[in-house]
Amino acid sequence: MKMFSMDKKDILLFLCFSVAVLTGPIILEPFGAGYPDLLQKFAIFGIFALGFNILFGLTGYLSFGHAAFLGMGSYTAVWTFKLLSMNPIPAIVFATVMGGLFAALIGFISLRRSGIYFSILTLAFAQMSYNLAYSVLTPITNGETGLQLNQADPRVLDVMFGRDYGAVLPSSDFFGLDMTGYPGFYFCGIVLIICFFIAMRIFRSPFGMMLRAIKSNQNRMNYTGFNTRPYTLAAFVISGMYAGLAGGLMAVTDPLAGAERMQWTASGEVVLMTILGGAGTLLGPVIGAGAIKYFENIFSAFNEGILMGIYDFLPETLQHIMVSVSGLFVGEGWHLTLGALFMLIVIFLPGGLMEGFNRIKTLVTNRTGGGSDGAATPAAAE
Amino acid sequence: MSKFEINRRGLLKSTAAAGAGLALPTMFTSSAWSAGYLNEPKGSTVTFGFNVPQTGAYADEGADELRAYELAVEHINGEGDGGMLNTFSSKALQGNGVNGKKVVFVTGDTQTKSDAARASAKRMIEKDGAIMITGGSSSGVAIAVQGLCQDAGVIFMAGLTHSNDTTGKDKRANGFRHFFNTEMSGAALAPVLKNNYGSDRVAYHLTADYTWGWSQEGSIKKYTEALGWKTAAAVRTPLGAGDFSQYITPVLNSGADVLVLNHYGRDMVNSLTQAVQFGLRDKQVNGKDFAIVVPLYSRLMAQGAGENVKGIFGSTNWHWSLQDEGSKAFVKSFGQKYGFPPSQAAHTCYSQAILYADACQRAGTFMPSGVGAALEGFEFDGLGNGPTEYRAADHQCFKDVLVVKGKENPSSKFDVLEVVEVTPRAQVEYPADMLGGELGPYNNGA
Amino acid sequence: MDAILLQILNGLDKGGAYALIALGLTIIFGTLGVVNFAHGALFMLGAFCAVSVKAVLSLERVVEDPNQLTAWGTPMEIRTPFVEVWFGDFGATILDYSVPVSILIAIPVMLLIGIAMERGLVRFFYKRAHADQILVTFGLAIVLQEIVKAQFGANPIPQPAPEAASGMIDFGIMVGIDAGNVVYPAWRLIYFVFSAVVIGAVFAFLQFTTFGMVVRAGMADRETVGLLGIDIDRRFTIVFGIAAIVAGLAGAMYTPILSPDYHMGMDFLVLSFVVVVVGGMGSLTGAVSAGFLLGILQSFASMNEVKDILPGIDQIIIYLIAVVILLVRPRGLMGRKGVMEH
Repeated sequence: MKMFSMDKKDILLFLCFSVAVLTGPIILEPFGAGYPDLLQKFAIFGIFALGFNILFGLTGYLSFGHAAFLGMGSYTAVWTFKLLSMNPIPAIVFATVMGGLFAALIGFISLRRSGIYFSILTLAFAQMSYNLAYSVLTPITNGETGLQLNQADPRVLDVMFGRDYGAVLPSSDFFGLDMTGYPGFYFCGIVLIICFFIAMRIFRSPFGMMLRAIKSNQNRMNYTGFNTRPYTLAAFVISGMYAGLAGGLMAVTDPLAGAERMQWTASGEVVLMTILGGAGTLLGPVIGAGAIKYFENIFSAFNEGILMGIYDFLPETLQHIMVSVSGLFVGEGWHLTLGALFMLIVIFLPGGLMEGFNRIKTLVTNRTGGGSDGAATPAAAE
Repeated sequence: MSKFEINRRGLLKSTAAAGAGLALPTMFTSSAWSAGYLNEPKGSTVTFGFNVPQTGAYADEGADELRAYELAVEHINGEGDGGMLNTFSSKALQGNGVNGKKVVFVTGDTQTKSDAARASAKRMIEKDGAIMITGGSSSGVAIAVQGLCQDAGVIFMAGLTHSNDTTGKDKRANGFRHFFNTEMSGAALAPVLKNNYGSDRVAYHLTADYTWGWSQEGSIKKYTEALGWKTAAAVRTPLGAGDFSQYITPVLNSGADVLVLNHYGRDMVNSLTQAVQFGLRDKQVNGKDFAIVVPLYSRLMAQGAGENVKGIFGSTNWHWSLQDEGSKAFVKSFGQKYGFPPSQAAHTCYSQAILYADACQRAGTFMPSGVGAALEGFEFDGLGNGPTEYRAADHQCFKDVLVVKGKENPSSKFDVLEVVEVTPRAQVEYPADMLGGELGPYNNGA
Repeated sequence: MDAILLQILNGLDKGGAYALIALGLTIIFGTLGVVNFAHGALFMLGAFCAVSVKAVLSLERVVEDPNQLTAWGTPMEIRTPFVEVWFGDFGATILDYSVPVSILIAIPVMLLIGIAMERGLVRFFYKRAHADQILVTFGLAIVLQEIVKAQFGANPIPQPAPEAASGMIDFGIMVGIDAGNVVYPAWRLIYFVFSAVVIGAVFAFLQFTTFGMVVRAGMADRETVGLLGIDIDRRFTIVFGIAAIVAGLAGAMYTPILSPDYHMGMDFLVLSFVVVVVGGMGSLTGAVSAGFLLGILQSFASMNEVKDILPGIDQIIIYLIAVVILLVRPRGLMGRKGVMEH
């Protein structure tokens, strides 16, 4: 085991992850989730959660304002589309950079405090951004309606290269490859794989070790005369860039940026995704993001008619009873399922969904009589 | 890795799509599939997408919209008593579905958030093969989804959306609105206000600080000032402020004698309740009775304000107490199915579903450009609003507007509003280019 | 001047609600070390105690009148509340006073809910990470909220104040200002007084009873108190119940000001956390003063004169103040060192 084989395990994990992402449309089809928009959302929120985890999972700093960077990324990307070009590359580059800059600004101030004081500072900045974007900053953000593309946008670079979109509204395209539908998903998926790789490198690097040390005892670190702030700030900025990138990708696959992306509920969502999947694990946040988005999009879509169909095999009275009981949990009641899921997971699987997988893995390896070393220790939690 | 069951068809479909996506990018540019149109129904059914708020502050309104849609689908498919199909002036629909296909539907939750609404609409388009999207309870969502439908290439039949922008600045060829807008509210309401309160009045606006609020404030200001009113102040309030006391107390000593609440939904319930609490309804200023005006009423929401709506003027798209044949038929079939009268949101959604189905039937196709052409300039009657026209230039319905007042002696909990005046269509009409925006060409999808 | 006085009253009123919610939240933080994201839901449940009381009081006898028909053709129903059928005018009076009456119901109900929550769920999370506490209590809040929605719908439900308290009181005269300049709704003054009384009662309870002493000691140093052989767990259950009562009362009495709906708890949740943190973790006085401070500043920021200079300031004032205070005073107004800093 140990250090030597670690790399091998990582390579295996990375390869498995890449294959899983690229074959997502096939794997998820039987679950009703194999359509482009949801796949894109999985990838985008996977990136968002992955970045959030670099801050929260490694350093333990719980930011409640990461949605601000997501929103910043989206606005930047749409403005890039409007001003420069419909090509997604400049859009996501600028989105990442702006996400990072915004994070550097907020992080610089917020990281002067720790614990809940830090959480509230980040929350306050994000809420201010949201409220202003919704109302006073409407000339820049187009307020409630959200920033949209316009036929009359300048698109300087496109004009320079003689790209003309005619009378229709343009959509983002990667050198002719339209960024909606499956190509959009593969674009996001490849970015997700790259992001996963970077996150993995960070987790395994001395920098990552340093961040974990900060989590376990910052005071001790400070007493040794070690200044932890640059490290936490770096983690904060990196996770802000991930968020900005995710926001940019949202705009790439769907060129619209709304203020509600910055609201505290959106910040809370990524916190929940990370904890649900397993904070501090590499894969957990991506899985958590997928789970929440799946519930939001699939469970909310069940209506009485569909339920009637599902319970068709039952006698009629029983069918009606089952439909009204299940109806509480799906369709307009999908929030209830989500809330209950949060509770069940955290009660029975303290380490999030990843702990569940690890337990199953341990169970399987124990059954088969294989060496249970390493796999049984969730503390390692990779 | 755990085992996943893969069904063969799904596997083939996705592999094909994945392969095509990776290898043949040009397939996805719009010209390749120009023969047909997006989600063209091939089987014996056609799928409508009902996208309504099921969670959040407008969940009850969304639930009512969904009830209306289910009723509309029943009627289109020839079940139930036929509702307004019997009174509708166009007789194209035969009660056997649309273009020979039975109508089925899928539903989704907008959460009254643009992102969620678009994600939900995309699911219906990409996964469920919906041929059109309809519903919603706010203008921000309507504009966002309308933009999406334009890009994707399906028709959007807007639900409850009152902002001018939906068929003004942000109008799209694939989008159609039956509901009225702030411009019409202002034009209809101002003369009634003048008749009741005189032309020498000073108004104080409290305005929800987002696009619809500003739109509403602008229209009311424009039409009341034209009649001689003055505007003391127009104060923006944050969305969902909850307690509006800090905005209401400055009204007390401002010298204004009318308070205009450009709020909707929960904001309206709270600001109105609190304004009444601060004694504004019984106040005397400049020797006149103080008045409160709520430009856009929703009966569902007015119930939340309880007694406080009594005697307060506003406008509404439709009300169940109307006595024309269409309204009576609709209220009867809705009430018999659900046990209570429909809201204006339910009415506009029902009408939109019927209008869309009828246009498809007349056009003989579901292709957006064909359906759009059938809707453009379409004149009809019998859907509860009197003679109505879908104006070709901006895809906005023009019809009479109802001015209503909170009822003094309600006979039931649904009976909170009474119709004061039906402002004729001619009075609320405005030139199509006044609000700006471009329809652009129809998009039939890839 | 009058305008400023009115805004102070508005601020005190709002601050009363903020302070009551923050008080319970900070007690739970301080004693149990639990980040309770379901605290807003407790406020909401309190409000729905009032709604339920009114719903029960206005249970109606339904008589169908075959001579009258509804618009959809079924017989018209004549509805009279049973209390009026049985008690006549006195019944109508009870119905009118349903909000104050609901307080009597809310106290035992909220106590039970609080105890059930603590025993059934929260106690398993004392030693867990804050993140886990957040997830589980947030999940609980959503579940409670959805149950209320399934029962009462999503629309706000009107809860008028009693007839006698729905008028205006000339507050100006009391402080020596000309009549008619500073008139204020009676119910809002009642709410402020009520919140002051509840806050006072909680403080007195913690200050002057042995029980309160143990709780305060527990807030300061839980381990030592545990070592002294005091059954701190039992007390913590009751502490949670008290916090639930305070939040519930705040909610029930607030209903005439804000028509309750199932989502109102979430709207107050973030705000109450800001209040607690601005006040300083582990400080009751801090939470209360921060509640009133933020309430008043929010009112001032909403004045037209202020908004003319700084557009949109009223939208962000709470958060701006929070940032400024936390930067100037690292642990909020009166926070104790080491509490929730990690």
